[in-house]
Amino acid sequence: MDWLNALIVLANFVVVPALTYGSQLALGALGVTLVYGILRFSNFAHGDTMAFGTMATILATWALQSLGMSFGVLPTALLALPFGIIGTALYLLATDRLIYRFYRRQRAKPIVLVIVSAGVMFFTNGLVRFIIGPGDRNFADGERFIVTAREFKEMTGLSEGLAIKTTQGITVLTAIVVVALLFWFLNRTRTGKSLRAYSDNEDLALLSGIDPERVVIVTWLIVAALATIAGTLYGLDKTFKPFIYFQLLLPLFAAAVIGGLGNPLGAIVGGFIVAFAEVTVTYAWKKVLGYTLPDDIVPSGLVQLLSTDYKVAVSFSILVLVLLFRPTGLFRGQSL
Amino acid sequence: MSEPFLVGENLTGGYGSADILHGCTIAVDKGEIAVIVGPNGAGKSTAMKALFGMLVLRKGGVRLEGRSIDELSPSQRVMNGMGFVPQTSNVFPSMTVEENLEMGAFIRRDDFNDTMTEVFDLFPILKEKRKQPAGQLSGGQRQQVAVGRALMTRPKALMLDEPTAGVSPIVMDELFDRIIEVAAMGIPILMVEQNARQALAIADHGYVLVQGRNAFSGSGAALLADDEVRKSFLGG
Amino acid sequence: MAGTASEHVTLRAVLLAITIVVLLLLTGYLQSWNTALVILDMGLISAVMALGVNLQWGLAGLFNVGIMGFVALGGLATVLVSMPPTTAAWSAGGGRAMLAILAGAATIAAALFVWRRIPGGAARGFAVFAVLLVGFVLYRWLLDPAVDAIESVNPAGTGYLGGLGLPILLSWPIGGLLAAGAAWMIGKTALGLRSDYLAIATLGISEIVIATLKNEDWLSRGVKNVVGLPRPVPYEVNLQSDPAFVAQASELGLNPVMASTLTVKLAYAGLFAVVLIVLLLLAQRALHSPWGRMMRAIRDNETAASAMGKHVTARHLQVFILGSAICGIGGAMLTTLDGQLTPGTYQPLRFTFLIWIMVIVGGSGNNIGAVLGGFLIWFLWVQVEPIGHWLMSLITSGMADGSALKAHLLASAAHMRLMTMGVILLLVFRFSPRGLVPER
Repeated sequence: MDWLNALIVLANFVVVPALTYGSQLALGALGVTLVYGILRFSNFAHGDTMAFGTMATILATWALQSLGMSFGVLPTALLALPFGIIGTALYLLATDRLIYRFYRRQRAKPIVLVIVSAGVMFFTNGLVRFIIGPGDRNFADGERFIVTAREFKEMTGLSEGLAIKTTQGITVLTAIVVVALLFWFLNRTRTGKSLRAYSDNEDLALLSGIDPERVVIVTWLIVAALATIAGTLYGLDKTFKPFIYFQLLLPLFAAAVIGGLGNPLGAIVGGFIVAFAEVTVTYAWKKVLGYTLPDDIVPSGLVQLLSTDYKVAVSFSILVLVLLFRPTGLFRGQSL
Repeated sequence: MSEPFLVGENLTGGYGSADILHGCTIAVDKGEIAVIVGPNGAGKSTAMKALFGMLVLRKGGVRLEGRSIDELSPSQRVMNGMGFVPQTSNVFPSMTVEENLEMGAFIRRDDFNDTMTEVFDLFPILKEKRKQPAGQLSGGQRQQVAVGRALMTRPKALMLDEPTAGVSPIVMDELFDRIIEVAAMGIPILMVEQNARQALAIADHGYVLVQGRNAFSGSGAALLADDEVRKSFLGG
Repeated sequence: MAGTASEHVTLRAVLLAITIVVLLLLTGYLQSWNTALVILDMGLISAVMALGVNLQWGLAGLFNVGIMGFVALGGLATVLVSMPPTTAAWSAGGGRAMLAILAGAATIAAALFVWRRIPGGAARGFAVFAVLLVGFVLYRWLLDPAVDAIESVNPAGTGYLGGLGLPILLSWPIGGLLAAGAAWMIGKTALGLRSDYLAIATLGISEIVIATLKNEDWLSRGVKNVVGLPRPVPYEVNLQSDPAFVAQASELGLNPVMASTLTVKLAYAGLFAVVLIVLLLLAQRALHSPWGRMMRAIRDNETAASAMGKHVTARHLQVFILGSAICGIGGAMLTTLDGQLTPGTYQPLRFTFLIWIMVIVGGSGNNIGAVLGGFLIWFLWVQVEPIGHWLMSLITSGMADGSALKAHLLASAAHMRLMTMGVILLLVFRFSPRGLVPER
C-alpha cells in the first residue's frame, strides 16, 4: 500500500481540479444567489453574463498586450479584469434599465422575469458570438505552472507527480479574496446591510428609507464583478468558448439551490459540493485503487462511475435530490 | 383648542372601489397616547394606514405639525418624522437585533449610537440579545425589536399597529409599560389595539371605530367608565 | 363586449394565416418552390411543438426549458421503432443489456420502497444509499460487457441494437409516449415547487437525454448517427423511375427530378398537416372543456383554486405530460423528415427558445395563435439568415476587401439571428405579451 503516491494521485486528479472548479462555481453561484435573493428571480442569463464578462476581459487583455504590457509570471488577463468588470457592469445596468425594471415596477410574477432573463440570455449569447466569434480563444499567458509534475517528483522523490497550474492557484486565491471582500461588504458596510435588509423584508426596507433603485444598481454591480471574475478564471483555466458558459448554467443553479437560493454562504458550499461530486464521480479510480489495495483485488476496468460526458447528470442528480428532499437547501434559503 | 400634533381629519377612502373609512377623525398630541379600538373589520388598521399614506383617500387629509402631508409617500413620511411599526413582518429576521436597529436608523447620516443606547435602556433584553438574529427571538421580544427599530429615527410621532397581537398577557403588560415610557419621552403615540380594555387603561385619548366611523371618543378612563362602550366592546 | 373581442381575435387569426400563406407563396415565386415546401414542412413540425408548449404555458403557466429533450426522445423513438433489429448485436449482448436496464429500474423502485417503508432518520438514509450502491454496481456489471459486445458488432455500419422494424409512422405516437414518461418523472419531482425550479429541472433533463443519445452508442449509435431511416413517403428515385409519374410531371411542365422532390415534400406536408389538425382539434376541445376551464381558473388564481380543493399539482402534471407528449410526437416527425437521427443537432439553446418565441409571438394561451406563431417564426428564422447576409454585405460593401473587420462581420451575420430572436422575444413579451392572436 503506497499511501503517499495514492494521495498525490488523488490530489493531482481530484482535489486540485475540484478545488479550482469549485471556486469558479462558487463565484458564479454567488451571482445567481444574489440576484435571486435581492431581485427575486432565477437569472437564466447568468451563464452568458459570465461569457460576456470574459469576452470583455479578453478584449481588454488583447488591448493591453498590443500595448506591450504584461504581468510577468501571471496572466495579463488579471490586469484586464477591472476593464472587463466595468464593461459587464454597464451591460447589466443597461439590461436592467431597458428590460428588467419594467417588470419589477409592475411586481410581475417571478416566472415572467425568468422568461425575460431567458430572452436576455439568448441575446447575450448571440452578442458574444457576434463580437468575438464562436471559436476557441486561449488567452492565458505568463508562467503556466507553479510546480510541474516533473519538478514535484524531483523534489519529493515520489513516482507520482503533483502539478499545480498557475491558473489553478490564481483561481483559489482570487476566490478567497473576492469572497472575503463580499462578506465584509455585506456584513460591515451600511450599503451591504441595506442589501441584506432589502432581501430579508422588502416592505420594511422601503419603510426604513432604503432606496430600492440603489439596491438594484449595487446588486448588478456586484453580480457583474462576480460573473466577470468567475468567467475569466474559468476561461483562463480551461479555454474560452461562448457556448461552454451556457453549459455551466445547470451546475451553477444546482450549486445555488443546494446551498439554499438566496444564501451566499450556501452558494459557496454548494459550488464545492457540485465540483467535488462531478470530479469524483467521473474520475477513473483505478490508479488510486492500485496504490491502496492489494494487487490481487484491484479491478481491471477503469473504475469510473460515470463517463465525463455525463458530468451534467451529476449536478442534475444532486439538484433533483435536493429538490425532492430539502428544497430550501442546506442553509435555509429563501425558496418556495 | 390648538391643532393636535398629528391629525387625520374626516378620512374617507379604501383600498379599491369600496370605502372602508367614512369620515373618521383621529388625532394625537405631544406626549399623549391615543388608542384606536373597535370590533373586527371596523377599519382600525385601515385608519392607521391612511395616516401613513398607504391608502388612497377620497376625502379628508392628514396633517403633521399643522402641515398637510397628503402628498408624501410612506417613505417620505418616515423621513419627515413619522415612525410606523407594522403588525406583522416588522423585523428583518435574518439580521441581528443590533443590525435591525441600524437599519431603523438608515435615513440618519449622523452618529446614532446615543439613540441606540437609549433604545437598549428602554428594552434591556435587546441589549442582551443584540447579536442574535431577530427571527430567533420570541414574539414579545420581536415586538420590542420592531418598536426599537422605529424609534431609531427619533420619530416625531410613533404609530403602532396592534403591538400586542399574539403575545401573552405578561408580555403585553411589559410592552404597554415600555410604550408609556416612550410617551413619557415626549413622543406622541398612536396605537391600534385589539385588547381594548388594557389599551384604554393607558390611553390619554381613545377612539372607538365602528364600520369606519367614529362611534365614541374621549379620554381612556372616560370610555372605560362609559356603560355603552363597556357593554358593546369591552364585554361588560 | 365579449362577442366583439372574440371576433377581433378571429380576425387576427385569419389575417395572420393569410400573411403566412402569402409569405410562402412569395418564397415559392421569388426563390423556389422547393424552398417554400421545406419551410412549410418544418413549419408544420414547429407548429406541433408550439402547440405542445402552449398547452403547458397557456393553460398552466409552466415554463418548460427542456423542450429539446422531449423532441430528442421522439427522435429516438423513430430509431427504436423503425430500424431493423441488429440480430448479431442482440445475440451478442442484447439480452444482457435489457437485463441491466431492468436491474436499474428495479434498483430505483427498491430504493423508493425502502424510503417509504423505513421511518425517517439516519438508518433510512443509509439503507437507501446501500440499495442504490448495490444496484448501481449490479447494473454496471451487467451493462458494461453487454455494451462492449453490442458496439463491436460492425461498428461502422451498426454497432447498436437497432429497432423493432415496425412502420415508422408508429414511432410518432410512441415518441409521444416516451416523452410522456420522461415528463411524468420530471413532473413528479419538480412540480409543486417554485416555477423557476421546474425550468431548471427541465433544462437538466433535456441535457441528460441529449447526452445519453450522444454517448450510448449501443442504443442510438451516438454521434455516429443513424442514417437511412425508413420513410412513410415514396423515395424520389423511385418516383423518377416510374413512367406514369414522369408522364404526369411533364404534363405539368416539370422535369422528373424537380417533380419528385416537390411531391415528396408535399407528401410529408400532407402527413404532418393531418397530425397537426388532429392535435389542434383535440387541443381546442380540451381547452373549451370543463377540464380546460378549470386549468385556466387554476392558472389565474392558484391560491383560490387550491383553497377550493383543486389538486393543483396533479393538474399541472397532467398538462405537463400532455404538452411534452405532443413535443415528442413533433420530435418523431422531425427525425422522420430528416431521415436520420443526429444527436449533435439537438441544441437546446436555439430550438427551445425558438419555440418559446413562437408561442409568445403567436399568442400564449391560444392554440391557433401558437400554431400560426410556429409557422411565422420558423419562416422568419430561415429567411433572416439570407437577409442578414445580404444586410451585412450591404454594410460592409464600403470596406476594403480582405479587411479583418469585414471578414469578421460577414462571418458573424449568422449570430445576428440569435440576437434578433432574443430581441423579438423581449419586445413581444413586453409590448404585446398576449401575442398576435391572444387568448379569448
